[in-house]
Amino acid sequence: MIDFGFGVNTARAINMDTNDLDTAREIFDRLPDLQACMACGSCTATCTAGAITSFNFRKVHTLVRRGEYGEAYAEMSKCMLCGKCRLVCPRGINTRGVVLLIKKKLGDY
Amino acid sequence: MKVTIIGGGVAGIQTALALKGLGHDPVIIEKEDTLGGKLRGWHRLFPVMTPARDVLEPMLKQLRDQQIEVMASTEVQAIESDGVVTSRGKVESRATVVCSGFDLFDATLKEEYGYGIYDNVITSADLEQMMNNGKIALADGTQPHRIAFLHCVGSRDEKVQQRHCSKVCCVTGVKQAIEMRRWFPHSEIYNFYMDIRMFGPGYEEMYRSAQQEHGIQFIRGRISEAAPVKGGKVQIKAEDTLVGRPLKMTVDMLVLLIGMTAGCSNSRWTECTGLSQSDSHFMRPLDMFEGNVRSELPNVFYAGTVTSPKTIGESLNEANAAAMRVAAYLETL
Ligand SMILES: Cc1cc2nc3c(=O)[nH]c(=O)nc-3n(C[C@H](O)[C@H](O)[C@H](O)COP(=O)(O)OP(=O)(O)OC[C@H]3O[C@@H](n4cnc5c(N)ncnc54)[C@H](O)[C@@H]3O)c2cc1C
Ligand code: SF4
Ligand code: SF4
Ligand code: SF4
Repeated sequence: MIDFGFGVNTARAINMDTNDLDTAREIFDRLPDLQACMACGSCTATCTAGAITSFNFRKVHTLVRRGEYGEAYAEMSKCMLCGKCRLVCPRGINTRGVVLLIKKKLGDY
Repeated sequence: MKVTIIGGGVAGIQTALALKGLGHDPVIIEKEDTLGGKLRGWHRLFPVMTPARDVLEPMLKQLRDQQIEVMASTEVQAIESDGVVTSRGKVESRATVVCSGFDLFDATLKEEYGYGIYDNVITSADLEQMMNNGKIALADGTQPHRIAFLHCVGSRDEKVQQRHCSKVCCVTGVKQAIEMRRWFPHSEIYNFYMDIRMFGPGYEEMYRSAQQEHGIQFIRGRISEAAPVKGGKVQIKAEDTLVGRPLKMTVDMLVLLIGMTAGCSNSRWTECTGLSQSDSHFMRPLDMFEGNVRSELPNVFYAGTVTSPKTIGESLNEANAAAMRVAAYLETL
């Protein structure tokens, strides 16, 4: 077949009607303090992995909240579990615990 | 001689009580047939969920006990150097305190949200009314499962000539989200915001508890449009600016957190020589500091939301301050 160079792009929009939000809810039930994130970005700013890769911890756990697990899980593997993010979070969130929980919960995605 | 007070909202009532306490003779002139202003439409007040009635009723009782004169169903049309002109004739006075308050933003002006067109798009003021009536329901009588609140409707928006921040709607949105959680424990609740402005005592704590204890989801991004879909639901579009991707979802109910706009009486007040308006048509006080309850005229004073968006507590404080300024002014005569 002749390749005309057309492709089908998947929609970029986060679709909250079709995304599975139950898994995110389970994560929040286990670590309710994650809900208190106010998106200050301190965790990302100080992150050891973020300093040398595109890893953005704040963005990753926001994606989880929206049910965008595929992207989040792939990114999470860049975390080195050093725990620096937890030291700086002004809302006292156990951010390292978030990493571990997301990795555990989202293994299937 | 009398001191005329224009408007019988919380600011006007408190100004009258304070002036009476200082030995003066205030008269409240109110265009509606009852006193209380906007407070009459609210259910529970931020930041500690006090029933609105518990604030208003004791104030009204004091007015009656102290036999303060009230002219209800009387509209002030002009301020003059020796009093005010009303729909029932002239009332003479040596000083006037303008407490004519604010207006609620007319949400139909933001056509893209479909207020007044789609069934289940309501305003924060409508929601207070529903709570006062003891029933929150969709247009078909059923319960909402997914609810979205939109911050800054009619505020911070050049398209509707409202540049200012209305100050009270962020905390109102958080308060109402928590109330919705209590009415509908299994619902999903989302607040779409651009900035969360939690300036007052206990407000930030309330925001945190909304997130952590009540599971309210905060999405940073302004809803750009709403469209009706089957079954009376509404589809909304926004950018989740924290992840940098467009987001869409269907909700059962969309609540617009409408802002405070300048009172429609303000154009009359500027027709009096010397008084002027500041940004977004609120009345301009003499200055922002020591003269914040004084006007550009020596015998005209301001209290409450006539000069800018304020909370009830702030409006009450200004009422007390204005009463003291009036008393000091009267002594100089
Ligand atoms: C949705 C919403 C929820 C809110 N919830 C809270 C809350 O929980 N807690 C809190 O602290 N604050 C709250 N506020 C703010 C609160 O409503 C105001 O601070 C308060 O109502 C201001 O009182 P006021 O007397 O300045 O004005 P108003 O309440 O507007 O009173 C002005 C009065 O003047 C009268 N008037 C106007 N023009 C004339 C005229 N020409 N002649 C005669 N009379 C006239 C009007 O009829 C009215 O009775 C809320 C605001 C909004 C928009
Ligand atoms: S624990 Fe992971 S996310 Fe946190 S600072 Fe270290 S590398 Fe970054
Ligand atoms: S430091 Fe804490 S509050 Fe700030 S973005 Fe990271 S998790 Fe959220
Ligand atoms: S208080 Fe909040 S919702 Fe209201 S105008 Fe200001 S930023 Fe917007």
